[in-house]
Amino acid sequence: MAIDPIIGTRIRDIRLDQEIRQADLAKMVGISSSYLNLIEHNKRRIAGKLLSDVALALSVAPERLSQGVNTSLLDQLHSAATNLSAKVELDRAENMAVRYPGWAALIVAQSKQLAALHDRVQVLNDRMTYDPELAGSLHQVITAVTAVRSAASILVGGERIDADWQARFHRNIYDDSVRLAASSEALIRYLDTPDTDGPPQSAPVDEVETALAAVDYHIAGLERAGQVNIPKLVKDMTPRGDAAADLMTRFLQTYHADAALMPLTKFAQTARDADYDPVALSHQFHAPVDAVLRRLSSLLAADGHLPMGLAVADASGAMLFRKPVSGFALPRAGAGCPLWPLFTAFGRPNQPIRAEVALPDATEQRFLCYAIATPVGAAGFDAPPVLHATMLIIPDPAQGTTEPIPGGVSCRICPRDGCAARREPSAIR
Amino acid sequence: MSKRVLLIEDEPNIIEAISFILSRDGWTVHTHEDGMSAMDKVLALPPDIIILDVMLPGRSGFDILRDLRATAETAKIPVMMLTARGQARDRELAERLGANHFMTKPFSNAEVRDHVRELMEAT
Repeated sequence: MAIDPIIGTRIRDIRLDQEIRQADLAKMVGISSSYLNLIEHNKRRIAGKLLSDVALALSVAPERLSQGVNTSLLDQLHSAATNLSAKVELDRAENMAVRYPGWAALIVAQSKQLAALHDRVQVLNDRMTYDPELAGSLHQVITAVTAVRSAASILVGGERIDADWQARFHRNIYDDSVRLAASSEALIRYLDTPDTDGPPQSAPVDEVETALAAVDYHIAGLERAGQVNIPKLVKDMTPRGDAAADLMTRFLQTYHADAALMPLTKFAQTARDADYDPVALSHQFHAPVDAVLRRLSSLLAADGHLPMGLAVADASGAMLFRKPVSGFALPRAGAGCPLWPLFTAFGRPNQPIRAEVALPDATEQRFLCYAIATPVGAAGFDAPPVLHATMLIIPDPAQGTTEPIPGGVSCRICPRDGCAARREPSAIR
Repeated sequence: MSKRVLLIEDEPNIIEAISFILSRDGWTVHTHEDGMSAMDKVLALPPDIIILDVMLPGRSGFDILRDLRATAETAKIPVMMLTARGQARDRELAERLGANHFMTKPFSNAEVRDHVRELMEAT
């Protein structure tokens, strides 16, 4: 296994941070200063007992030297920098995260907040620009104003006008004023939301994801046998109603059907026995593979199951559902890696895909991914195919059985060279 | 013989007001309210100047302008666009398609009259 070339830099940074002289550290671990100097400048490899001795001397866990900082945090720091096209020392991001984890977390939190606000502004901007109801109301208002202004200025223009024309323009102004009042009221009704004094509202999909994250994507109320009250669950989980309630209703109906097909107690035990193999579970429960993937993702890590993430996308690349899992960032739309099985599954509909994906961080963390693309809706001749792909993501598979796909999170923060799937230059090279 | 203006607009009270203003200024004003058959009307007249609304039933003013510029008999007729959407991209699209002037509602009567005169003098 290749040694991470940045280990030496980490040792040097931590040593300097602790104000230990190079000669003293070398003496503590029983090597010469010149050899430690070569290690710290990444000109000699370090591993095994010597690495453990150095870690002990520096009072840090060996993993901190060999793996560095939390790769998810590092990815998020890179994203924070690239999202704003900030000219920062990207190659020092890891040192920053190691030395000042609190500040690094603050930068990440602020970046996420900025991204959320940016998305919100984009939604509002789209609404102002493209919303047909708003555009129609504004058009009516402006048209009525134009007609009133033209007719009124003719009447007050000072030139002599026939009585017939005068009467017609008076009538037009009255008609347009009535129309203007109605259009204005409709516009105000449309713009006037009931909670204008409250905090900003998130998008419906955010509300659904927040509500599901709060219960760890496990709906205890749907795991019991017998009658369930989905409308009440929807109301409890998405009290704002409207679009979020529609999304939640669809999620809960699917969840309920999956739970009926694969009852929790039996499914949980069988999943353990089958080593969480979706195809084996599909055969045992006579259930579609995509339903098994969803069902597996609902198992609680707190009950001793593997942590599992889930992504569902349509063929445009838009994410329809995301259950995040540590280390594998799932964008909402259009910014994922085309090499993920989630997307390659669209090329082989109905065929289960099993692949390991390695992310381009210091440790090349692996994720075992199961994916399948399945048709949606009723079949019909000559109808355009509508497919949804579902992918289960399991971090750190026990042992790799295949060569991992060298994937990424997003091209902007992916350093891989020569990737045929690259759609834009990396900002971190 | 007075010069002919064709006003393609679907709002009756705006049609009435503009027709009155331009008629009083010496123009013969023809009007048409439907986007689908607007080109037939232009070819049948043809007018000296066209005032063309963007949002029309059946077909947008931009599509009609595109056809006007692509048709030999109508390619050089001055066109003044009217729109309730004053967005930069609408103005830019109108210019790209060959509009001679772009006017955002609500406009004043004097603006309409003056720009029609200017377009006529420029031809």
